[in-house]
Formats: sequence, structure tokens, C-alpha cells
Amino acid sequence: MRLSRKWLNEFVDVSFDEYNDKDFGEAMTISGSKVETIEDLSQSMKNVKAAKILTLEKHPDSDHMLVLTLDAGGEEPVQICTGAWNVHVGDMVPAALHNSILPGGVKITKGKLRGVKSEGMLCSIKELELTEHDYDYAGIKPAAILGDYKAIDTNNPSIAADIKAGDKIFGNVIAAEVKSVESAGMKLWKCVLCNGKEAVETVSDCQNIHAGDMVAYDTKKDNICSLEDLHAKQEEFPHCIPDGIFVLHEDVKPGDDIAQMLGRDDHVVEYEITPNRPDCLSVLGLALEAACTFNKELKVHEPVVKAEAGGDINELAKVYIENPELCRRYSARMVKNVKIGPSPAWMRERLRNSGVRPINNIVDITNYVMLEYGQPMHAFDFSCVEGGEIHVRCAKEGETIKTLDGNERALKESMLCICDKNKPVGVAGVMGGENSEIVGDTAMVLFESANFNGTSIRRTATALGMRTDASSRFEKGLDAENTVNALNRACELIELLGAGEVMGGMIDVYPEGFHQTKVKLEPEKINGLLGTDIDEQTMRDILLKLRFELDGDMILVPSWRSDVEHYSDIAEEVARFYGYNVIPTKFTGGISTCGGFSEQQLCERRVGEICRSMGLDEIITYSFISPSYYDNIRMPKDSKLRDSLRILNPLGEDTSIMRTSILPSMLEILTRNYNFRNKQAALYEIGKIYLKRPDGLADEPKIVSIGAYGPEMDFYTIKGWVEELLENVDNGKLHFEADKTNPSYHPGRCAKVYVNGAYIGVFGQIHPEVAKNYGVDVEMYCAELSFEAIYAQERETPVYKALPRFPSVTRDIAVVCDRETPVGDMIDCIMGINSSYLKDCTVFDVYTGSHMAADKKSVAFSLTMRAEDQTLTDEHAEETVKLALAALKEKFGAEMR
Amino acid sequence: MKELMQGLRESSIKAILECESAEILEQLRVKYLGKKGELTGILRQMGKLSAEERPVMGQLANKLRADIEEAIDKRKSEINALMMEKKLEDEALDVTMPGKKAHLGHKHPMYNVLDQIKDIFIGMGFEIVDGPEVELADYNFTKLNIEEGHPSREWTDTFYFTPDSNILLRTQTSGMQIHAMETRELPIRIIAPGRVYRKDEVDATHSPMFHQIEGMVIDKGVTMADLKATLNLVVEKIYGKGTVTRFRPHHFPFTEPSCEMDIQCHKCGGKGCPTCKGEGWIEVLGAGMVHPKVLQGCGIDPDVYSGWAFGMGLERLALGEYKITDMRLIFENDVRFLEQF
Repeated sequence: MRLSRKWLNEFVDVSFDEYNDKDFGEAMTISGSKVETIEDLSQSMKNVKAAKILTLEKHPDSDHMLVLTLDAGGEEPVQICTGAWNVHVGDMVPAALHNSILPGGVKITKGKLRGVKSEGMLCSIKELELTEHDYDYAGIKPAAILGDYKAIDTNNPSIAADIKAGDKIFGNVIAAEVKSVESAGMKLWKCVLCNGKEAVETVSDCQNIHAGDMVAYDTKKDNICSLEDLHAKQEEFPHCIPDGIFVLHEDVKPGDDIAQMLGRDDHVVEYEITPNRPDCLSVLGLALEAACTFNKELKVHEPVVKAEAGGDINELAKVYIENPELCRRYSARMVKNVKIGPSPAWMRERLRNSGVRPINNIVDITNYVMLEYGQPMHAFDFSCVEGGEIHVRCAKEGETIKTLDGNERALKESMLCICDKNKPVGVAGVMGGENSEIVGDTAMVLFESANFNGTSIRRTATALGMRTDASSRFEKGLDAENTVNALNRACELIELLGAGEVMGGMIDVYPEGFHQTKVKLEPEKINGLLGTDIDEQTMRDILLKLRFELDGDMILVPSWRSDVEHYSDIAEEVARFYGYNVIPTKFTGGISTCGGFSEQQLCERRVGEICRSMGLDEIITYSFISPSYYDNIRMPKDSKLRDSLRILNPLGEDTSIMRTSILPSMLEILTRNYNFRNKQAALYEIGKIYLKRPDGLADEPKIVSIGAYGPEMDFYTIKGWVEELLENVDNGKLHFEADKTNPSYHPGRCAKVYVNGAYIGVFGQIHPEVAKNYGVDVEMYCAELSFEAIYAQERETPVYKALPRFPSVTRDIAVVCDRETPVGDMIDCIMGINSSYLKDCTVFDVYTGSHMAADKKSVAFSLTMRAEDQTLTDEHAEETVKLALAALKEKFGAEMR
Repeated sequence: MKELMQGLRESSIKAILECESAEILEQLRVKYLGKKGELTGILRQMGKLSAEERPVMGQLANKLRADIEEAIDKRKSEINALMMEKKLEDEALDVTMPGKKAHLGHKHPMYNVLDQIKDIFIGMGFEIVDGPEVELADYNFTKLNIEEGHPSREWTDTFYFTPDSNILLRTQTSGMQIHAMETRELPIRIIAPGRVYRKDEVDATHSPMFHQIEGMVIDKGVTMADLKATLNLVVEKIYGKGTVTRFRPHHFPFTEPSCEMDIQCHKCGGKGCPTCKGEGWIEVLGAGMVHPKVLQGCGIDPDVYSGWAFGMGLERLALGEYKITDMRLIFENDVRFLEQF
């Protein structure tokens, strides 16, 4: 919400002098109307002065520039060069002098243009951040100056380069030389032309004609030709454009500040208004807040309508609310003999400063009232309302309307419309229809001030894709009590501006009427919520200031405060003006609680710590993925995991389903790092997957996801990580099984892992086909471990085991066995022999190749043995080794090498 | 004989002092003091001496042996010291060469911040709760006083799984307030961090998935003063002691009164600068007293119990903490990014 401080000052006296912008903003913010920014408009337009043109000459070194001297109010005239041709001696123009600032932060300094001194710049209407709606006379019409002619086909020019006065151009159009130009009233010039034989006098409304120019003159129409008249293209007359300097017809004298003329001596405040306070989307609403904030009087204005046109609207029009659940109130007044024209400067300024473009008096009045009262209004050309009947009803199947923006809209039955006897003439609260638009010859205008259901308006506006100023207000739910005041204010302004004659009477359909909310004043409850000791009188004073009424202990909530319905709401009102920052800061809570992490949370922390200590970086990935990612990881078409929760309104396919596997997320991040040319990556995430439940919700188990690629990565590295992780969290018995059937993994390099027989998860090298799907041509390794399973096996507090007192002995053995024999099983076999001395068995070499039959391999083990009660003897060690060899032979047919 | 010994003394001491290596020194020891050494050679002539001279010469010979031994030992330790010095010199390294990398993994920067916050609340007697992300509209909206028709319930804002708008991806962690009130014993002190989802296109400041931390206290006698005191303490722990805060009125459907908490901009001290967008203050969280209607809806008597709650966005906190300029970096997971923290 953008609002002028000057406008606010009309209702509450908080002048710039008393409260600078910073203090004003802080105070409003602290009381609940959050101020985002305050812009001092005078700072964005500085040293731009009204200046009167004294002399005008052609630039000695340029065909299309003029050198002017101007009276800008200083002692000496200033000299400025301009490329615009629409200025004449005697014109008053806006001049950005040396060291001036224009909107948009443009700084103007003096300089030289093609060697000629220029002490500033003359401004067009655009450069002042205005349009022709702000100053309707600012439009520029250029004549075709023949000296500017550039033939498109240089071999065949339409106008000869050596054309002389009197030469025929075509038909009745001849070349003529301008002898003199003088003003003949607003935007009219009396030109004396030489047609080759004699002097001819004509009046032109083209602004770019100067003495010495050669122009095209239509002898029959007595008219200096524009480009259009010559059927010429813009490119043929590159400098004869409908643009130029803004020639002022305002009550200003040389040296007057243009910023002041435009009402830019104002400060514009941008508020962030919370959705519960639509009443603050208005000057009046914020004025009340400001009055309470600064403890000032609110100057309430009751609009007075003279209604001198007489008659009664009720004799002409009838209003029917057919969907009262969507339209609580519909008020209307009639204005006769409407005279469309520009609105006065003060109104245009206020609109402009509040971010609304002035259009014409009728539109401006509706916008002005919308800003001042927060009540959107609409004006219909009553002659287009068939049968003089307004029906507020939902659209019928198949109805369409062409809205004011020129678009044809198909209406749905849920959309509330303003209709005449037969057809929609507007989409309620969103936009009017072109069929009832106010046009130049509109005589009778029906002003609508209504209250519509916010949600309905919002949905209609969204469905039609046109969120307007009006709809964005209505959708917040407005005060139905406000329609009549706003309507009267609009009519008052009509009369004030002389824009028409207001008729007597008013239509006001308000089926349900107003039901005032009443809340009991309970000071102890309020203090109990706030932790304060505010006395009742202070509370009453605050409420009265906010224009709540008090009837004994009963608080009567004003109509515009539909957000207040409970004592806690009253507590907020009290707190806002007592001061949130005055409320004490002290611990008042009752019983203390122990707090702390749960066992599961501690386990999760431990998993993270171990992963990081192994060098893995933590990642965070999106929970939603694309269904095609299941194809990427070669998930079988009939896999139950393909049955994911599907978002019905996703942002896009890539984020449309909830993942049932965490693997695609990890692969996506590995791929991204690979594509960023990172040499290696080792990552982990403890993330959820989402498994559909029969009740439509999800089981959301956490998965420990590990992934890596890089020069040092191989299967045994990721296996080492898995082992280290599980041994440190669980300390149970690990067991691995080759998994040759998991389609995402390399069939020969994938294993399932178990702790104490419980399945934990899977890991291994990503299947080359999967890697190819991701466009990665290095080996990627991943692990997917169930966090819940890890947690279920979590180890108990470790119990100390006595450290060995005697040295250990190691013996290495090498055996030859079938190539297919799993080494893990061999280790299990060795560790399973009946020997109390054997403490550990590790593999230090696996050999295949020459000196070895093709189907055989050699495996070398290192056995560690120790006795608890003596230094182990060689005999004991040998005994153990024999046992191990015998076991290997028996179970795997392995022979000592 | 006396002269011989004197000659041996001079030559041996000289040779010992000039000796440069431990090996030669050992050879010298054999040469002078060995069984076939020069001193023995001299002593062999003792037989020719008179009985009176013998003890004198014997004494002299012993003295000479002792002196040579001492000289050898002294020289030996000198040589050892020199050798050690040389060895150390040879072993000298370029200590400015980089060390061998011990590669530790890195916690995600956002979870660094989250863990810091968890620890702060744990220290104040809070527990941490986790809850479903695939959620019922009841918990995400209705029981939080966000009625049917509220704009945030629109399909343009919230991701839905069912056409009746009943099952959705939670848009806020506030639903955890309801879960906690319905399932936990009073008093309650919890924080509930987690993923939330809104229909925002990805850009530098938005992501369809982001993180919030919800916090709630329900107990007898809990007031806005308590809210202020707790959150001030938390903010001081996060942003440093002496951090200036302010509370502004705000609006949330499930708290009343509601507020937003700002900290004074640490960069400009409140004057206004680009960091605080000229406002002098930086918004950190939203909070308020749990709406009595919400308490009632969860079966808690608002005349006996009261509570406060807060919610804060984790991404923004992490972005601010580490001066990260683009939220996309958070979910991009480039190791060059992750390893900076």
C-alpha cells in the first residue's frame, strides 16, 4: 500500500516538520502498520525549473538541433541545446538545469553539444515521469518538414532534394517556405508561408514549424501537412516525431520549481498491511492508526452531496441481489450530464503520488475514493444498462463478457457478475465490461459501491488471470458499512469537480444488515496473556481512541474491524498502543522441563558425525522428483515403489512425485558435481522417503544415503564406509551378501548388508547403464541404508574388556581355491574353527592370473593368535593354522599353496 | 721411559683431538690403549725398571691411560654431537610445504545453523519433535484457525495430493503445534524443525521446498513477557550478546496477539544500509500467543493454560549467517560450496 503523507495529513496532523520520515516510519511500524520504505519525492526531481524561451536558433553544426536561451529565473539567461523541434520563442518549458536530478536517478550537468555550450536539458513529459493523462495538452503533433526528408529509395525520392517553394508534391499539395510563425492560442500557430508566388497565411496545430522551414502545404484544405497527410512513413522524416519538450500551460513563472508544480513536495510511504487489516488499505484507515499512534485528533470528514439535479435514482434503476451470499450490499447513485475531462491538478498529484495514473475525472474519482476510503467503486454508462435493471448474480453457462482491457472472457457459473436485464455488464469486483464503459458521450453514469465475498472475488480474479486493484482489495473482505460513505464521497467529488450533476436518492440493497460484534472487556485475561499489569482505564482509553465503543463491560467492535472477535484480539489492540516493546521481558513460565535429544535423534547425530569423520560432505536434496527418475535408476516397471504419492498441482514434472527411493536424489547431486568438473565427491544425506499408506498419507522413513565418485573410489572403499559406520553405531555382527539382482547396481559389485541378521540396506557400484542415463562415465558408488534399521540395532553402552597381557603371534597362509569361492565366507570359516587362540583373520592378497588355473585363485590370510594366560608357543600357533587349513579344505576344497 | 710416555701423551692427545669420526677414534683407542697398543708396548718395558721406579711409572702409566681414555670419551661425545647436528641438518624439511590432507567431511551449512539452534533450545529445556510432511489439511490449516477459503489454501499456493484438498504437503511447521498439543503431556516445550513446501518457483530467494523451525511452549502462566524473554535469549545466542531486538505487531491466524521480531542491523547499527534494505532492522521470526481457539480445539483449557509459539525460516538464517547470496546454492550441493563451511 503506497500512500502520500500529504494526503494523510489532511485527516491527522502529522506533518513532515514534526515527524521526519524515519520517526514517522518507526512509530507506525511499532504500532502495527509496517512501513517498508518512505520516498521523499522532492529528492528524485531536483533543480528542474520553469524557463521561458527567449531566443531560438539553429545549431551551427547540426541539422536537427536548436540552441535556445532561456529565462530560468536567474540573473543571466541560460543556454540549452535541444534536439526537439516543438519549441518556440515565448514557450514556457521545464528545464533541468546544471546539477539537476530527474526521476530514475538521472543526473544532468552542463556540457557541450557539438561544440556548443548547453547548461542543462529541456524535459519531455516522459522525462518527468508523466504521461498525457497527467497533462492532456502535452500531446505533440508534428508537421512534415521537407528539409528532414530522407528517401527510402535514394534513386527514386518522392520529394526532390532541390524542391523549391511552389513546386508541386502531389495533387493540391505544394512545397511552401515558412516565413514567420506566431502563437495563435493554445497549441495553435499562425504561419505565414510563401507558396513561390505570394504570402499565404494559415493556422496549424503542428508544433514543430519554424521560420525558414520548407513544409508541404495543401492548398485546397489550407493545411500544413503532417506525415499522415503525405502518406509518409516515420523513417522518411526521422526527426518529425510525436515527441518533444513538454510545453507548459500552467500558472508558473520562470524559475518556479517544477517538482512543486507537480506536487512532488510529498513523501510517499510504502506500507506492508497484514491481511487481517484491509481497513488499513486506505487513507482513512491509516489516518486512524496514525492518530492513535501519535495521539492526535482524527479529522473525520462527512461527505455532503447537494444532489442538485433532483429526481430520484429509484425512479430510473432497480437493483436485485440474486446471490446474497456473494454480495452483502449493493449501493448506487446516479449522475446526469456527465462531462468527461481531466481532473484537477491536486487530485492528479495525489493519485500519481500514490502510484495510480490519472485518466479522466470520472475514473480518477473512483480511484481517489478507493484510496481514501478503501472501497473500490465502478461507474457504468447507464444508457447501456438494459431495462434499467442491475442484477447481481452468478454468470450463466456460456455467458461471456468483453472486459475493459479489451479481452473477451468466458465466464463460469461460480463467477459473480453485475448484469443488466439480459447480459453481464461487469465482472463483480474485478473489472467492468466494455459494453457499459464510460465514453466521451456518456451522459448518465451509475456509480456502484458494493460489498462482495472476498474468496469468491479472489477465485474469479485468479481464474480470469486479472488481479486488479479492486479485486485485490475485495478479496481481503471489506467493510459492508463503508459502501454508502464512499459513494457519497464520490458524488461530493463529482459536484466539486463539476464533472456532472448528482441525482437525488440512493439505491442501497443490504439484505442482512450489520451485526455488531461484541466482546467482553476482561482486563485480567488481557494482562494474563501479555504478562503486564495494565489498568482497565488505559485499556478503555486505547479502545476508545481506536473508535471502539464501550457499553459497560461490553466492547462494541466497529464494522471495519471484523478481525476483532475475541479477548485475545482485544489484548493485541491494547498491546499495540501500550507498546510491544514496553511489555516486560521476563521468564514467567511455570514448571521447568528437562528437554534434550531423544535416543533416536542422538543416533542420527552419531551417524552424521561418523559420515563426516570418514570425509563425506552432507547434502540436502528435494523430497520430490520426476517419475522418469525411476526409469533412470532402472526401477522395474512393476515395482511397488513406482506407486508414489503424486502432487496434483506440481510446479513441473521434475518435482511432481514424492520419492520412494533416495537413490535418484543422490545420483542427481553426484551428476551435478561431475558436470561441474569436480574431481571427486563423497556425500551423504539422512533424508526421508515417502511411502504411500492406505489412508492416503505417507510413511516417511529416513534413509542414510551415501554416494561418491572419484579416483580413489572403488567397491571396497564404500564397503569400508558402510562397515565403519555400522560398527561404530551398532557394533553388532555384520554380514554381507552379494546382490546380483538389484537393477540399479552393478550385478557383480553390489551387496546387501545385515547387522545381527537384520537387513540394513544395499550398497555397491552404480550400474553402468544407470550411470549412462545420467551421462556420467566414471564409476559411481552408493549406499542406501535404513536409518530405522540402524537405530533398531543400536549398540548398548560398551562394556570394558581387559586388554591382552601377552603378545600375539601372526601367521600367514595362502590357499588355492575355486575362483567363485566368496572370501567373506572363507574368513567366516576360519574364524569359526575351534581355537581359543585365534583372535583375527584378515585377507592381504587375492591372486588370479598366470601360474594359476583359470578357474582358481590364491587367497592369502593373516591370522592373529594370542593366549590370554601365557605367551603363545609356536606349537600352539601351528596347531591353529592347521585347524584353519583343514577347515578351508573341508568346506571349500582349498589347498595350501 | 718417562719420555716415551710423555711422547705418547702428546701424540695421542693430538691425534684424538684431530680425529673427525667415531670409527677412527675407535681405531685410535686400539692403537694407544689396546692389548697390542702403544701404551702396552711401553709398559712391557716396566720389567727393566727398578722396584722404586715401578710404582711411580705405574702411576704415571695409569694416569696416562686415564687421560687418553678421557680424551677419547670427550672427543667421542663431541663427534656424536657433531654427527647429530649434521643428521638433523640433513633431515631438515621445507615446513612451508602443505601438510598431507586429512579429509574430514562437512556438515551442510544450513544444518550447521539448525544444530546451533537445536542446542540453544535443548539448553532451555526444550525437546525436538519431528512430524509428517505429507499432512492433512486439518493440521496444516483448519486446526490452526486457517479456514476454508483462506488464500494460502489455494491450489496456486499449496501442493495437494487429493482433489478434495484434504491431503497436502505441509506449507508450514505450525501443524506440529497441533500434533504436540494432541499427543504430549503438559507442560510442553518443543521445537519442530523440518521441510515445508510452497508453490514458489526457484529463484535466488525462493524454493518450492524449504525449512522452518517451529517452537511452542504451553504451560500455566505463560505470557508474552515470557515469549519476549525466551526469544531475546535465543537471538542473543545466535547473533551475539547485546543484540538489540524489537517486537512489532503482526498477524498469524493461529496466534493472538501476534508479533514479528526484528534485530537491529549489526552492519549499520540501525542507521539503515543495504544489508537491512535501509530499514535499520532485520526481521528474524514471527511469533505470538497461541490463539485460545487453537488451544480449545486441541482440548486444552485456555483459562488454565496459555502458550506461545514462534516460527522462523532456516534458509534465510543460514544465508545471513554465511553471507550466501543465492538460495539455489543450498540445494545445489556443489562440493566446492559444501566444503567452505
